Formats: sequence, C-alpha cells, structure tokens
Amino acid sequence: MTMRMLRRRLISLARLVLVALVVLYALFPFYWAVVSSLKTGPALFDVALLPLHPSFDNYVAVFRDQPFARNILNSFVVALSTVALALALALTAAYALGRVAFRGRSLLLIVVLGVSMFPQVAVLSGLFDLIRALGLYNNLMALTFSYLIFTVPFTTWILTTFIRDLPRDLEEAAIVDGATPWITLTRVFLPLMGPAMAATGMLAFMVAWNEFLFALTFTLTNDMRTVPVAIALITGASQYELPWGKIMAASVTVTAPLVILVLVFQRRIVSGLMAGAIKG
Amino acid sequence: MAELSLRHLSKRFGRHTVIDNISLDIADRQFAVLVGPSGCGKSTLLRLIAGLEAPTAGEIRIGGERVNEWTPRERGIAMVFQSYALYPHMTVFDNIAFGLTQTSMPRTEIAERVQKAADRLQIGHLLARKPKELSGGQRQRVAIGRAIVRQPRLFLFDEPLSNLDASLRTQMRLEFMQLHRELGATTVYVTHDQSEAMTLASLIVVLRQGRIEQIGSPLDVYEHPRNLFVAGFIGSPKMNMIAGRLEAADARNAHIVLDGGLRLLVAADAHHSSPGSKVTLGVRPEHLKEGATADALVATVVAIERLGSESLVHAKLPSAEMVTWRVVGSSAAKPGDAVRLGVDVTCCHLFDEAGNAFPPPE
Repeated sequence: MTMRMLRRRLISLARLVLVALVVLYALFPFYWAVVSSLKTGPALFDVALLPLHPSFDNYVAVFRDQPFARNILNSFVVALSTVALALALALTAAYALGRVAFRGRSLLLIVVLGVSMFPQVAVLSGLFDLIRALGLYNNLMALTFSYLIFTVPFTTWILTTFIRDLPRDLEEAAIVDGATPWITLTRVFLPLMGPAMAATGMLAFMVAWNEFLFALTFTLTNDMRTVPVAIALITGASQYELPWGKIMAASVTVTAPLVILVLVFQRRIVSGLMAGAIKG
Repeated sequence: MAELSLRHLSKRFGRHTVIDNISLDIADRQFAVLVGPSGCGKSTLLRLIAGLEAPTAGEIRIGGERVNEWTPRERGIAMVFQSYALYPHMTVFDNIAFGLTQTSMPRTEIAERVQKAADRLQIGHLLARKPKELSGGQRQRVAIGRAIVRQPRLFLFDEPLSNLDASLRTQMRLEFMQLHRELGATTVYVTHDQSEAMTLASLIVVLRQGRIEQIGSPLDVYEHPRNLFVAGFIGSPKMNMIAGRLEAADARNAHIVLDGGLRLLVAADAHHSSPGSKVTLGVRPEHLKEGATADALVATVVAIERLGSESLVHAKLPSAEMVTWRVVGSSAAKPGDAVRLGVDVTCCHLFDEAGNAFPPPE
C-alpha cells in the first residue's frame, strides 16, 4: 500500500468518525426521549440504553390525565392557520417588495426584519393588553394573531428574495398577455414558487408548533392550551415527583408529526433553499 | 390597421438619457427593424412602444391614437422576448392560450384559435408538452404562437433569434418574412445583427446612443449611408475607410488625395468644404478590384478567407489602414503579396471631417 492510498483511507475514516459524532450529537437526545418514555417507575433512573420492560403506560397516562388530544388539535389549528395567513400575507407583500419599484422599499424591508428582532418578552405585556382589548384572551385566535408577528417577517423576506430571482421577462410576458398583477402572482408566479412556499411554510409551522411563552400567557384553561404548554404543565402523582416518563411520552408524540412533515417535504425544502442559485 | 408614430420621445433613467428625442413614423404593414450596437437604446425603445416602460417625454401613437397611458393589452401589441419567457409550468397549449383566457372569449373558440396558430407554426403536435421538453427552435415557435394567436395590431420582437444556432436562425428569418407577408401586421423588430436587419426589414432604423442615425429601406441605407457610423455598421464585411484630403471640389465632383498619395475624382457635392480639409473615402469590399494598372492602391495581403463561392482578402495599405475586398471564387493572392487595387469611383462614399456624408452631385 502506498503512502497516498494510506492517507486517503485515513482521511475517509476520519470523515466517517466526524459524521458519526454529528449524528450521535443530533439524534441521541431524541433517542433518549423515546427510551425514557417506554420506562416506568424506578427504571427511569437506570442508565440502560434499551428499556428492559418496555411499556406504553406513559402514553396512556398522558392522554388519560389531561386533554392531550385536544392540545394536539389546538396546536395543529394554531400552526396551520398561522402558516396559511403568514404565507398569504407574505406572498402578496413579497410581490410588491420584490417587483414593484416604490419609494422607501428597502427601508420597509429593513423595518419588516426589525420587527422580528424584538425579544418576545419585550412585546409580551403590550400584546397581552392588546389581546384583552380585542377579547381574544384564552382563545386560539390570540395565538395565531401573535405568531404572525414573528412568522410574517421572515416568510416575507424569503419569498421576496425568491420572487426577485424569477425572470423579469416572465412577468412582462404576462403583462403583455393582459394579466392583472393578481393573475400574474397566482397563475404565473405561485406555481413556480412551490418549493419556496413549502420551505417557508415548513419553517413557520415549526415556529408556531414549538412556541411556548405566548401560548402560556394568552391561554388559561387546559383545553385551550397548545402542546408545549401542556407538556410543561404535566404533573406527577405528588409535588416531589417529576413525571419524566409522561413528559417524554408527550414529547415523542408531538415530535413525530414534525419529523414526518419534514421527511415528506424534504426534497422540496432542499430545492427551495437551492432555488435561484441556477436558472432552470 | 395600425401605423405607429413616435413624437419627440425621450427616456431617462436618473441622469442617464437612453432615448433622446426620437421621432419616427412606421406605416401600416411595415416591417421595421431597429438596429444598432448594444447599449444604443433599441430595446428600451421597443419597451416604450410595448408599454412596459413609461416615456419621460414625448408621445406614442398607435393607429392615430395617443397611447402613452394605455396598458400593453389596450395598445393591442404582442411581444416576443429574447428569452421567449414561456411559462415553464404550463403546457404549450396553455402558454399560447394564456392571453386569450384573460378575455371573455369562449373556451371552444380559444381552443380553435390556439390549434390554428400552432398548426400554422408546425407545433400542433406539441400542444400537450411543457416548454422544458422542447428544443430551442420549438420554444421560439411557441413564443411566436403566443403572439399571433391574439391577432395584435402591432408585433414587437426583441432579438428573437439571438438564442438560436446559425442554421436555425436563417430558417426562422425566412419564416418571419413569410409570416409577416401572410399576417400583414405592423412589426417592430429589434436586433444588433445588421444582416438580420438587411434581410427582414422594409424599413431600417439605425440607432446609436439613443438617437436615430438613419431611417430608410435596406438598400437605401446600404447605398447611401448618411455618416461614417451607419456606413461602418451596415454591411458585412465592413466598408473600407481610407483617410485623405480634399484638393478641390465643385457641386459635382470632388478631387481628393488619399494619405498614400493616390489622387481620385469622386462624384460628390463637396463644394461647401474648403480645400485641404480632411475627408474619409468609404469603399465597399465589392468595389475594390484586383489587378488595376493606373490609379491604384497598393496593398500587402495579410490574410485570405476562402468561403467557397467567394473569398475575402484582407490587406494593409502603406498608411497602415486595413482594407478588405471580395473576389468571386477563390483568389490567387497569397499573404505577403503586393496587390494593385482599382477603386470604383462611381460607387464610392465620401465623408467630411465630422463624419457626415457629402450629398450626391447635383
């Protein structure tokens, strides 16, 4: 074996080790959650990589002791309505920001981004008053409404850059064909933006699905809570017991939809992130 | 039935003037070609006519009506883009039909008209395909189909052939001519390729830096270029330009002496210029003849392009100016040969110091 071959093998070995480390780092917590959710009682505190007596008691308990199914439904309602509204608003805004030349366009783009820079806590109390005034307290609409604050800016930004990359001729061809801006946007641009819409929609969904602070503040009753809050408020049999098993079971239950969603849209997300890099 | 007329049209982007006070009349059924080097404003002019840009000043009239404030659709124009700009997610049928579906036309009539336009362009069998499944030439036809299906008053073409290979370009050129003859719609066609302009146009408009240098029929522009720019731009290979001085002139003839010492009598009215002023003699490559005895330019052959039916000989004058001439068939000359060239003085062009052509003799 020559030195060169030896070196090449060493490099590929090192690369494999590095990849393995990254995968382990990323996946171990989730694996540990799955394993813990299948353990009960004192077994939870054994350091065993595989549960010796796997049981689904925790899963049953999660759904029995609180309206967890209702919480999941709430999360879906909030996340999906946030995505739908954010995409609709961002798409129309992106068309204007990406294609119509008007005074103060770049300033507006900076402001849009600036809005999303505020820490949640900073806007929390003001937003609370606003939501009380609108009569939306303890209502899922309060969450959809407040999530738009941080989803619309970044969806607008991503879609704006995407629309800017669409060939100018295409829009002008539509104008010459007599299409209104709305027709141009919906019939010419939108079909070409599938990947971008899927990618940004996916990101907005995850943000809304995982949000905790607003969800905790703007809801009061158990059956109005979303998943992250519900999980945080899971209680044990006594105040001295931390119900790790149930928490892990609940976490695994709500992570699964996200993982499935990402896998389904994976190809579209990647092509969405790559779009505009090369002309098709 | 639409004549196009531009009145004192200007377009500025910031402080940069792209179109500078252009007035132009294009009669109904004309095939007008806007030609000029890149950056001369020809595409901008087309976009002003289309209604994709608003003029800074001036007036655009189509069919006698002022259309400055009208949308492209209201103007009744159709445009073929350089990139074709086909809608990539739509089938060929939907691409061609898109403009019609924006009207209240019944579906059956749309289908009929699309089919007719597609058959006319020999793409009738491709209607179910997507643009990415078509060749360059076929995409070009779809773009044309999209334009003709709407039966516009005015056709606008923005360098439609520049993305095609040479043989396809020649073929499409013929089809454009045929199409124009059959449809008879007024056409404005933009190109930087002077040979395209010569073959297609019934009216050539030569542009430079946002101004019209010359308007006329192709032969008129070729035979009577108004200035050095037009003379150099129209015609391939380029017109030979040889510097000289005016010795004496009346209303019919100009006596000039070239920098190499050759004296010529050129038919041109140069009597307003003073003797001794600088002039430029322009001679087309077909008006230089090898093997002259008297009154000849002496040039050293540098290179020979043998094109089969003809040869182009490139040679250097003692004054270091390059000249090119045409020889039918193949030339016997070899690089390094000294050749005596006769100048056909009846076909010469004479330009004054500012580069403007002297008027023909009275």
